[in-house]
Amino acid sequence: MLNIENHIAVKKKFNVEEVRKDFPILKRLVNGKPLVYLDNAATTQKPQTVIDSLNHYYNYDNANIHRGLYFLSEIATESYENARLKIKEFINAISSSEVVFVRGATEAINLVSNSFYMGKYFNDGDEIIISAMEHHSNIVPWQLIQNRMDLKIKVIPMNDAGELDIEAYEKLISPKTKLVSVVYISNSLGTVNPVKKIIEIAHKNNVPVLLDGAQAVPHLKIDVQDLDCDFLVFSGHKVFGPTGIGVLYGKTEFLEMMPPYQGGGDMIRTVSFEKTTFDDLPHKFEAGTPNIAGGIGFAAAIDYLNQFDRDELTGYEKILLDYATEKLLQIDGLKIIGTAKDKASVISFVIEGIHPYDIGTIIDTDGIAIRTGHHCTQPVMARFNVPATARASFSFYNTKEEIDKLVAGLNKVKKMFA
Amino acid sequence: MPVKEKQEQLVKEFEQLPDWEERYQYLIKLGRELAPLPEEYRKDKYKIEGCQSQLWINAKFENGKIIFNADSDAMIVKGLIAILIKVYSGESAEEILKSPPDFLKQIGIDKHLSPTRKNGLGAMIKQIQMYALAFKAMSEKQK
Repeated sequence: MLNIENHIAVKKKFNVEEVRKDFPILKRLVNGKPLVYLDNAATTQKPQTVIDSLNHYYNYDNANIHRGLYFLSEIATESYENARLKIKEFINAISSSEVVFVRGATEAINLVSNSFYMGKYFNDGDEIIISAMEHHSNIVPWQLIQNRMDLKIKVIPMNDAGELDIEAYEKLISPKTKLVSVVYISNSLGTVNPVKKIIEIAHKNNVPVLLDGAQAVPHLKIDVQDLDCDFLVFSGHKVFGPTGIGVLYGKTEFLEMMPPYQGGGDMIRTVSFEKTTFDDLPHKFEAGTPNIAGGIGFAAAIDYLNQFDRDELTGYEKILLDYATEKLLQIDGLKIIGTAKDKASVISFVIEGIHPYDIGTIIDTDGIAIRTGHHCTQPVMARFNVPATARASFSFYNTKEEIDKLVAGLNKVKKMFA
Repeated sequence: MPVKEKQEQLVKEFEQLPDWEERYQYLIKLGRELAPLPEEYRKDKYKIEGCQSQLWINAKFENGKIIFNADSDAMIVKGLIAILIKVYSGESAEEILKSPPDFLKQIGIDKHLSPTRKNGLGAMIKQIQMYALAFKAMSEKQK
């Protein structure tokens, strides 16, 4: 089936004021003040079309999929599978059977780690390589495998700017290396890693690469064939879609050899008490009734994004990043953690003498939502010798005025704690 | 002063503050005034780890009363600790156990008591009650 949206060359011109109207939550007041939502790295807000698609599904189309031959089940199945096709085109996969629906990026990594373990992909003494800026979701799943066998986890170090040391990475690769699993964009530092280079080096050594794209997919146009990654994981809710739906993209050659990770309905061909045969890709990885509404909502989010030229959105976010960086650095005692040359619109910072918890609590009274804490990257906090940071992360619906409000809020914090 | 009365007094004090900014100002002041935690207790053994901030707590049993000492690296959390210490420190185990911290809800700071250990404060309250239970059991044994 031809996906028309992707083939229309003329894209809607980006205008932030118009775009803001598409996101109903941006109109709400918090503590009597307009919401300033700057926690987009945690989750993004949803355009009306996504919310409507969920409503529409439950109002008109709800039925279980891949089972019934009645009208509604056919409709629901078609919408859900159409969502898969949209995602396939969105990331430019070769086939929609390479798109496995999961709960989110975390589940996707757990699927790969568990399936690799069960399929005896790793032998005792084998190694995997991750980076110093991984989210806990790309550390803990591998440690759980480590509890069951002798698997070594090697870590690519980073410099004081929060950039990976590629030379050190090359040296970490050995004949025992079975996988490189790295983050594309760091959620706590904003660093955009040179993943093409990382993949190229791994492939030269016949090592596959899993990319954690949770932060990258909302900010960058993704082409898995161009990247040549072997796996890509991401979450719908960080790309303006609903929570509880995400994607594991995997090259067919890998997905075919991997055993299912969970068993149940909707993933089998025949079942007897003696032996079960599994369904084809991607269904063998999708046991049980999936998040049907979530998949459909995710597709609506992609439709929304596809109206625009993604490079234009990325360009606007860069303007916000540069503006915020400049303004924040004018605050006395503020230090930005993560100063890589190539950054996405995520700024982690600390203010001398004021705990991030206190910063976040006070500016919340002005309706400003930022994240504080370790951002599920405790090793990153340890590397930069801070217990926690405050983090502002921008999306294309944010404005310079909102950044001004953040700066004003931080100046107020400074006064209160002076 | 009985724990209940102390709680009511705090609720009154907070109700007089017109907005959140002033309430936080007051919490910051209470946090600054909190007696420093002796260095020997600033150890992992006494730490309650939160994903946002850290908290240390220790208790001593003196003449039938429980004395609490605590600290946090975040000032607002320190202020909240100061409130709990004002209310519970120097009281008997029985008195502590029959006066749960429902007043925090009235003050409106229950949003800081997330069960997911955001700041360890919910865990601190549990810890205060655990200490009370332990000291109660200990003194009953001695009787």
